[in-house]
Amino acid sequence: MIRGKPDEDDYWNSSKFKAFTFDDEDDDFTRLKESKRAVNSIRSLVEEEDEEDDVEKVSWSGEPVGRKAKTGSFQSFSESFGDPSIRNYAPELRKPKSEYKDYVSDWTPEETVKRMQQGKVYSLEKFRSLQDKLLLLDEAVNAHDGNVITAVLIYLKKSLSKEILFRELITREIALRHYIHYLKEIGEQKLLVELFKSMDRTEDMALMQYRDHLNVRDENKKRDFLKNCLSFPFSPDDATHVQDHYTLLERQIIIEANDKQVESSGQADIFKKYPRKASILNMPIITTLYYSCFYHYGESDGTFSSPANIRKTFRISDKQFLLTCLGARAKLKAWFDVDALFTTKNWLGYTKKRSPIGFHRIVDILQKNNAPVQVLQDYVNLVEDVEQKISLAQKYKCHDVIINTYRDLKDRQQLIVYRGKVERGSSEYRKIEEILSNSQLRWKN
Amino acid sequence: MAHSVRRDAPELPDFSLLKRLARDQLIYLLEQQHDVDKLYKVEHKPILYRTVRGCFLYPLTNWFLFPDVVNADKAFGRFRRYKIIFSPQKFYACENLLEEQGIFGDVTTDEWSFYLLPLDDDIISLELPEFFRDYFLEGDQRWVRTAGSALHLLHSVYGPFSKVYGIGRCSKMAYESWREQVEEGEQRARQAEIGNVFLIDRDVDLVTPLCSQVVYEGLVDDIFRIKCGCVEFCPDVTSSDKSIKVMLNSQDKVFNEIRNEHFSQVFGFLSQKARNLQTAYDKRSGMDIKQMKTFVSEELKGLKQEHRLLSLHIGASESMMKKKTKQDFQELLKTEHSLLEGFEIRECISYIEEHINRQVSMVESMRLLCLLSLTENGLLPKDYRSLKAQFLQSYGIEHLLTFSNLKQLGLLVEQQPGETLTVMESRVGKLVNDKTAGKLTDAFSSLAKKSNFRALGRRLNLVPKSDEEYDLRVPRDMAYIFSGAYIPLSCKLIEQVLERDGWTGLEEVTRMLNGHEFAVTDARVKTDSQRIILVMFLGGCTFSEISALRFLGREKGLKFIVVTTAITNSARLLESMLDNHA
Repeated sequence: MIRGKPDEDDYWNSSKFKAFTFDDEDDDFTRLKESKRAVNSIRSLVEEEDEEDDVEKVSWSGEPVGRKAKTGSFQSFSESFGDPSIRNYAPELRKPKSEYKDYVSDWTPEETVKRMQQGKVYSLEKFRSLQDKLLLLDEAVNAHDGNVITAVLIYLKKSLSKEILFRELITREIALRHYIHYLKEIGEQKLLVELFKSMDRTEDMALMQYRDHLNVRDENKKRDFLKNCLSFPFSPDDATHVQDHYTLLERQIIIEANDKQVESSGQADIFKKYPRKASILNMPIITTLYYSCFYHYGESDGTFSSPANIRKTFRISDKQFLLTCLGARAKLKAWFDVDALFTTKNWLGYTKKRSPIGFHRIVDILQKNNAPVQVLQDYVNLVEDVEQKISLAQKYKCHDVIINTYRDLKDRQQLIVYRGKVERGSSEYRKIEEILSNSQLRWKN
Repeated sequence: MAHSVRRDAPELPDFSLLKRLARDQLIYLLEQQHDVDKLYKVEHKPILYRTVRGCFLYPLTNWFLFPDVVNADKAFGRFRRYKIIFSPQKFYACENLLEEQGIFGDVTTDEWSFYLLPLDDDIISLELPEFFRDYFLEGDQRWVRTAGSALHLLHSVYGPFSKVYGIGRCSKMAYESWREQVEEGEQRARQAEIGNVFLIDRDVDLVTPLCSQVVYEGLVDDIFRIKCGCVEFCPDVTSSDKSIKVMLNSQDKVFNEIRNEHFSQVFGFLSQKARNLQTAYDKRSGMDIKQMKTFVSEELKGLKQEHRLLSLHIGASESMMKKKTKQDFQELLKTEHSLLEGFEIRECISYIEEHINRQVSMVESMRLLCLLSLTENGLLPKDYRSLKAQFLQSYGIEHLLTFSNLKQLGLLVEQQPGETLTVMESRVGKLVNDKTAGKLTDAFSSLAKKSNFRALGRRLNLVPKSDEEYDLRVPRDMAYIFSGAYIPLSCKLIEQVLERDGWTGLEEVTRMLNGHEFAVTDARVKTDSQRIILVMFLGGCTFSEISALRFLGREKGLKFIVVTTAITNSARLLESMLDNHA
């Protein structure tokens, strides 16, 4: 791990305005840095030896701290120094030259983690026993440095069988989450699925696999992929949604193929008049319903593309169905269809207008779809709350509604006020005049 | 603002130094590479370039895509050398990937330790929008040390800090990481420019960033999205055929006066300003040549500048007005306020439902659902199921993944059977007086452990009584940033801790917030720097919160410096929860 980085900590800490001095000779500079690094590592070696005397205390596990770190291949070697002070005097003299390098990298988990954080040279190879590996991992977790935790996990992934690693991660929540995130980022789906399986996190596993459908571009392959998803162990609710997803795409493929053909053959007026802007593939259910209300209105329930069929298949609520249908038919200015949506017949054969949502909302939607005043006023009239009715009527200039309402309220004053607002000589002006001069009416004011 | 109560607030330190440090380091890094031709941004698509030496400035979110770039080149028979400069830090995982892909030698790496970008006199950003998802959703602590290093840098240049308060697990870790770095480095005695530090995790308060912003700067961010202190105003605003990029900071004199104002006050201010400007221009008539000369050389430039800024902000205000009235902003705000107050929840739910049914903005629907869940301590299972189903129908079934993320983070959850107690408690709480409610909370919270917005709201008086008139021209507390309907929890905590000089007396609050609070005092010299407080948000903060802190600062004669991993708002926060990138 070579790190081409100046000691910027010094830089940050030192005088406020000091700028860098640049070395023109790159190679010289690198060499300089290398020697500096070498010097530094020697110094830290000496310091660490010093420190070790200070921390020759008993750790939580009851073993001497300095000693504990020296488990592994050098155990016998380090044990041969009964008196730690001996080590202070040129320990390298006692060692064969070939081992010198190994000795340098013989850092405790704590030191190793610290070196990694500081971007210094480190080595993980010497953590070979499971116990050492886990000590290293726990130390990384204690240091709160996700970058180092992941680095250690990558090493463990390479050097431990997955069964063992998974087993150890179960009790280490923080490390586990880092591992999952790492696998997600590098796209190791299979391993991730195994991990979730081994931990009985079946719902996570199902979602993880389902997520992969986002990577499938071709619609037929995507449909097959979703079909395959149906067998995954989702929660009951999610299983229904995934089933819907599969059914939806399956139908969209059929509808798309059919409509494309119809559109290009020029058989149907609706496609000529309103050419499709985009394909229906991969659109949400409601968008599909809208599309169906737009292009396939009035088809029999039996066809996949009919609004009624979509409504039934995807259990769409009355309210939702009405809203979507209304939007589509209003867009086409099919006011007759709009009217039919609200008309119900009672057992005596009388018709009445009903709506699962307030008529003020209906007016709002119609107005956004540029409905003419003649259409709007029918619905404004159906608003129950009188004040709301009048304010809507004023907003959308439904004169008749306002005039009739004031007349019904026998509110002469308001009618006079309103006369002042409309154009003199217009039909609504004349209508007001007519009413005001009607001597049959008994005004309240 | 007209009501700057105290004028004795200390001066802020100069943060331009941070920029110079960062720039110098980048120049140094780049000079080490001979003749770099071009800088590239890494995206998931083939890069068309002809140059031989490329230098990548790397957005770390996509680090795992880099090998694709190199291998695509190789496939075309292009053999190049690559340099990755990571900012602010190198990922071991990425180096490992380069090694595994066999491109380690072709690619060398470096680090640009660019931690802090000063966005304004009192805002410093780490520019790490990914922090929120990485830490709070994925549980990855890769940025914790970065946060510690940022604090370390600020400490070395502007410290020493005498008091550090914090709340949240991540804050605690960042604090420890910083202390460790302090101990590793050398200590120098210097005059402190920043006295106190407050660290806060974003998940301590998720309600505030999900509320619609109505303070000018926040609203501009919600609608136009401010990036790195810069906003692009569309032709609609500039009333020309071009978009204009504008820096929004205290240098813009017009902006500086309206940024913290409630939007309803902005129009009045701008028109007054326009009248003044007119008067200033009108002075010209009746001037003799000499006076005219002085006018042109001394005043005209300033007036023109002001004129330009004024027309921009008037344009922006108009455009925002138009957008907001189109989508029935009033009704939306009413629903939000009802949720915060815990009032007419059924009506709120049907409003949200209709919002979903009509396929109005997906993020907006999600925001309302999350607010509902956070304030009500989760949705009733029946509501959860039905709203989720309708959401998936309207916006796409793949949002199953989004729901799973929101649940993981606790933004949108289903009430567990045990938690109905909390609901009962909040209902009972409404009937009895506060003191009894407090006792009830004690009794219930031992049973239901979930955090509790209602109880916190009562404890800290976050939601003022709605029957009182709130005069937005003369704000009386931080609630003005939400039209007087809600004092942001995050800012209220900061106020309380500073007032009490610690967490004493807030035990119940911290318990409801899931603890991890700390207060460390290093009682050395008491200087004026005590009144300069650095607030570090881990996971992002909103412009509204910054406005609230500025207000608090003016009231108490303090100065706040906000350090944040990124400026956030509801849309950014929720978009980071989406899984739709393959």
